[in-house]
Parts: sequence; structure tokens; C-alpha cells
Amino acid sequence: MLPGHTACLGCGATIAMRYVLKALGKNTILSIPACCWAVIPGVYPHRTLDVPLLYTAFEVTGAAISGIREALNALGKEDVNVVGFAGDGGTADIGLQALSGAVERGHNIFYIMYDNEAYMNTGIQRSGSTPMGAWTTTTPGGKKRMYKWEPKKSVAEIMVAHNIPYVATATIAYPEDLIAKIKKAKEIKGPKFIQILSPCPTGWRHSPDKTVEISRLAVQTNMFPLYEVVNGTYRITVKPKNPKPIKEYLRLQGRFRHLTDEEIEMIQREVDKRWKELLKKERCSNED
Amino acid sequence: MVVLPEEPTPIAKVPSTENKTGGWRTFRPRIIYEKCIRCYICWKFCPEPAIEFDSPDAHPAPKPALAKFDTVKINYDYCKGCGICANECPVNAIEMVLEESIEEEEAD
Ligand SMILES: Cc1ncc(C[n+]2csc(CCOP(=O)(O)OP(=O)(O)O)c2C)c(N)n1
Ligand code: SF4
Ligand code: SF4
Ligand code: SF4
Ligand SMILES: [Mg+2]
Repeated sequence: MLPGHTACLGCGATIAMRYVLKALGKNTILSIPACCWAVIPGVYPHRTLDVPLLYTAFEVTGAAISGIREALNALGKEDVNVVGFAGDGGTADIGLQALSGAVERGHNIFYIMYDNEAYMNTGIQRSGSTPMGAWTTTTPGGKKRMYKWEPKKSVAEIMVAHNIPYVATATIAYPEDLIAKIKKAKEIKGPKFIQILSPCPTGWRHSPDKTVEISRLAVQTNMFPLYEVVNGTYRITVKPKNPKPIKEYLRLQGRFRHLTDEEIEMIQREVDKRWKELLKKERCSNED
Repeated sequence: MVVLPEEPTPIAKVPSTENKTGGWRTFRPRIIYEKCIRCYICWKFCPEPAIEFDSPDAHPAPKPALAKFDTVKINYDYCKGCGICANECPVNAIEMVLEESIEEEEAD
């Protein structure tokens, strides 16, 4: 990845791309739909990545990488990594059917969802992946407290339900964990899905120097657990010994500034519930 | 016979390094080399990336034992001044200084 790109200062999605390409190496073809990463490389004819990159329409990443994969296979180039790199809007919402089809057909592909928890490129609209309680421009709050109160859609779990060989979550504050997961996925044939939580100072309303700290706190508070699911078997890769209260994660971000103590309590209960479910899945899937 | 154009789709070929993003900066990170333990954590997390390696003897080392390792330096042509490096540095060896105050300093 070259400097001179046009991401906002402190952009987490940019750090995610650095690590993904570091793990995959040059023998890689990317496809990127409409999202921040479609504009980060700069205006045509600029490029910021050292690998071929095919831009596609917002909803078709899954179909695009299926096609690239099969075309390369027909040419005998089975060793090339084919990677979809899409935002949460392009994955959890509009691109979900193309992704579902692609992984169900079993193509040998990677799909990376960089999750900045809203449609950032078009001005911070809510997505299915926006967390509970967050402000966005389409959940603006006000007197009726119309923030995003629906729980975050778990795309990783939707992928597990497709019975694909590899599903994982990762985040930029844990580069070794992220890179290890991608390297492991590289050894597996079939569809691989990795969701990378990528803090966004512009949309999350936090100071740009806190991007990595917030990513770390997301894990330390169990807000965004790091795990992998290999052929249905769960393994939590980072287990915080004494999880921090969710408040420590929320208070650094302007999008949660409006939350009352009761609302924070409610989010904490949701986080605790999801963490317990995950522990249970890990335990059950490891039983004979 | 179908004749395909040489470039069936427009291909972006100009490296983004033409675009000097250093002008975006409000604060400038400055490495205090007397404190830097050469751990490369700043390099790891820079989103541009604008942190590069330099030779071991390019800058003073805080301890003789560290003198053999490469040093880091910031490429101000591209650093946008986000401050992640300063926030993540384990020994506070990076300070963020307001660009205008540096300009004044240099003018003095
Ligand atoms: C069919 C279609 N609808 C809407 C758009 C406009 N659009 C471009 S990017 C984008 C948001 C992308 O959000 P996400 O996938 O989360 O990526 P992010 O911008 O957050 O990185 C939208 C709505 C489009 N390009 N195509
Ligand atoms: S809006 Fe957010 S995700 Fe998009 S470039 Fe800016 S910081 Fe990165
Ligand atoms: S301030 Fe940000 S852009 Fe500049 S060197 Fe530090 S991490 Fe990189
Ligand atoms: S993080 Fe701090 S100590 Fe480590 S290399 Fe960078 S400046 Fe030096
Ligand atoms: Mg998004």
C-alpha cells in the first residue's frame, strides 16, 4: 500500500487493508464495491495498492469474486488469491444475497468485510451492522430518542450458518491475530469470510488518534469478540481476563454521547448476553 | 473475430504517492529519539503509511544496547497528523506539535 491515498486521517479501514495485503502477498486480486475504499485510492488514474483491483457495483462483490475466481481457474491460475473487500453496508445489507450465493456455491474465495458500522462514504447512514444505541444521520435522536436501537446484525454468524470452512472476526488493534487468521485462511480451500472491525473517526465522532485504542477497547469490553470458526468449531482467539465495562468503550465516541446510564446498562446486558452465547458455542462445538 | 481494445477497461496506473497529503496536517508528530526504544509500534499502526525505517546510527539511542537496531522516521510529505503513533507509543517518545507553532519557531 502506498501513501498519498485520500482516507480521512486516522482511518481504521486503511490499517485493515495494510494488514490484509501483508498477509496475502502480491499474488492477489481484489474486488471492491462502492464504499470508502472505492475512493481511498484516489481519483482515476491514481492507484494506491500494488495488486490488481476491480471496482464493482455496490451489491455485487460476491458475484464479482465468484466470476474472477472461476475465470482464473479456467486459465489455470488457481494459486491467485481472489478477495472481495467490502464495507458493512455492502456486506450486511445490499450485498448479502450475492455473498450468500457465492459462499454457498463454494468458490475458493476470500470475503473481507471491513466493518465501520455505517454507510460512511455517503455520510454516516445506519446499516444493519450499526451497533445498538448509536447516533447516525438517519438515526439522529432528538426528543423521541430515535437512535439505532436494533441490535447489530451478526454477519459472521450468518456465514457460519452457511457451513463454510472458515469464518473469523478481527480488528486492527490486534494485527498479529488478524494476520494469523488470514494466513490460516489461505491454507483452506473454499469460501473464507473475515469481518474486521475498523473504527472510523469521522463517523464514530472520535478523535483520530484514538482509532487503535478504541479498536482495542472493543475487544477488552467484549463489545466485539475476536474468534474463528473452522469447519463449525469455534475458538475465541482473544479472551479478556477481566472484561472492562462497556462504558470505557462508549465514552470515547461522540456517536454514543447521548446515552443515559440506563441505556448504557441495557447495552451492557446485550453485550454480556452475546458473550455468554459465544462461550457456549465454543464449548459445545468442541465437544465430541 | 472479436477484437478487444488493448485496455478493455480503464486502468489506474499513477501511484498515489504523487498526492502529497502532508498539507492536511494540523499537528506534527515529532519523535524524541532520546526516548525511542525502537519497538516499531508506531510503524505498525500508521494508516498512511508514513513511518519509514532509517539506519541504526541516523539518530541517537537512549541505551547502547538499542544502537544496533534500525530507527524510525516520519515522512512529512504524507503524514496527515492523526496522532495514532503518539497515542500508541509505549514510552511517549512522540509529541504532537501544532504546525503553526513550528512555522513560528522556524521563522524566529
Ligand atoms: C445501488 C447503489 N445504491 C447506493 C449507492 C451509494 N453508495 C455508495 S457507497 C455507499 C455506502 C457504503 O457503505 P459501506 O458499505 O458500509 O462502506 P463505507 O462507505 O462505510 O466504507 C452508498 C450508499 C451505490 N453506489 N449503489
Ligand atoms: S469516513 Fe471513516 S472509513 Fe471512510 S475514509 Fe473516513 S475514516 Fe475511513
Ligand atoms: S501522525 Fe498519523 S499519519 Fe502521521 S506518522 Fe503518526 S500515525 Fe502516521
Ligand atoms: S512507538 Fe515510540 S518507541 Fe516505538 S519505535 Fe515508535 S517512537 Fe520509538
Ligand atoms: Mg460502512
